[in-house]
Amino acid sequence: MNKLISKDLLGIRNLSIEEINLIFETADKFKEVLNRPIKKVPSLRHLTIANVFFENSTRTKLSFELAQKRLSADVINFSSSVSSVKKGESLLDTINNILVMKVDMIVMRHPNPGATHFVARNIDASVVNAGDGTHEHPTQALLDAYTIREKFGKVKNKKIAIVGDISHSRVAISNIYALQKLGAEVMLCGPSTLIPKHIGLMGVRIENNIKKALEWCDIANVLRIQLERQNNKFFPSLREYSLFYGINKKLLDSINKDIVIMHPGPINRGVELNSDVADSNYSIILDQVENGVAIRMAVMYLLSLNKV
Amino acid sequence: MTNKSRLFNKERLEITINRLCHQLIENHNNFEDTVLIGLQPRGIYFLDRIKKNIINILNKEIKTGILDTTFYRDDFRSNEIPKARETLIPFLVDDKNVVIIDDVLFTGRTVRSAMEGIMNFGRPNKIELLVLIDRKYTRDIPVEPTYCGIKINTITSDKVEVNLAEQGFDNDNIWIINK
Repeated sequence: MNKLISKDLLGIRNLSIEEINLIFETADKFKEVLNRPIKKVPSLRHLTIANVFFENSTRTKLSFELAQKRLSADVINFSSSVSSVKKGESLLDTINNILVMKVDMIVMRHPNPGATHFVARNIDASVVNAGDGTHEHPTQALLDAYTIREKFGKVKNKKIAIVGDISHSRVAISNIYALQKLGAEVMLCGPSTLIPKHIGLMGVRIENNIKKALEWCDIANVLRIQLERQNNKFFPSLREYSLFYGINKKLLDSINKDIVIMHPGPINRGVELNSDVADSNYSIILDQVENGVAIRMAVMYLLSLNKV
Repeated sequence: MTNKSRLFNKERLEITINRLCHQLIENHNNFEDTVLIGLQPRGIYFLDRIKKNIINILNKEIKTGILDTTFYRDDFRSNEIPKARETLIPFLVDDKNVVIIDDVLFTGRTVRSAMEGIMNFGRPNKIELLVLIDRKYTRDIPVEPTYCGIKINTITSDKVEVNLAEQGFDNDNIWIINK
């Protein structure tokens, strides 16, 4: 196998293990490129890619844009907050107007689950899902699994606890699919109000006690408390959440075991993660960010092969 | 009808590689400012053999690297692109004499990609090309080897088959196949 089966990357759910491994192997090669004096290859010089973001993003958007530039693609950026979407233009109209200007690939983030699927079904160009509501965020899951593979040499048989706001997290869903496909065991940990009712059907363990979860796992992937999606109160206060679920050095020292801490960013310091952990040797958070560029280069490179 | 004739067997290959090594030493003295870069996939096997041979003769280490040209290919939109392979050049090539090593020189496009790739590791003083087999009259780009094992007359439909012990074959054999 030397290319991806689908023209799009919409989620991890429909990716095969072979496709995930192909993305990882290609990312290994791009990681080497990123460590050269000139960190650029001409592979996608024939493509124009539009980053279409209907929701705020710093890291993901920067990471995609950097990946595109490292591949020599032409890049245009679209942000819904300063666009005609504000004047009432429909999603498909917006996308088609971008495509008619000879754009070859769309990287899209949207607050509605399934929005990228809808767009991908209706256009010929490749679509990369950069997060669709609470549904999937495939490149984040790929870079998380890739970082675990880099740290431990493999993902298989590793125990990963995903901690925090599971119900509002596309990162959690994509991570569960990716990690399980690669043979890892997954546990979800958080207050019951932030864990979806039937998520156990995905074959994951559920734990409400953070200390027990940390004692069980090799890696804790700590999710951000998504303040922008907390219209209803799921816990009494941030202070209380931090007391029960915040990870700090004292807690890690008390479990008498070395574990690795991950976080997809941005961190709410002092809420889900204390600075004494986020900036410590436990953390591989900055490795995740670095690997994000290589993973996104690999995804867009492999998708572009399908356009030949 | 397919006609298959042998260009190299093990003994012949050894003699030719030995000769190429001596030519390299003649031009690069003690390899102080020279690095050898083997091209994936099969150039790296010749790189290994040449490296061992030169170390034997000079009794000193020399700098080598391997380069995969997949990301620099110009046929990205029209051909079946192979899976990317490893690149490992753990040094800068600034002011170095770089010798690119490959098995077969055919259209010259791989060598063009390789030169573009090498420039990403610095500005070399000079780039030379060593190939085991130079297929004459098949060039798309004006690229000529500096050192060459054997020159052969071929047409585009001919195929050169390289079977080396490193690839798992019982013995070294290089064939030309006319279809």
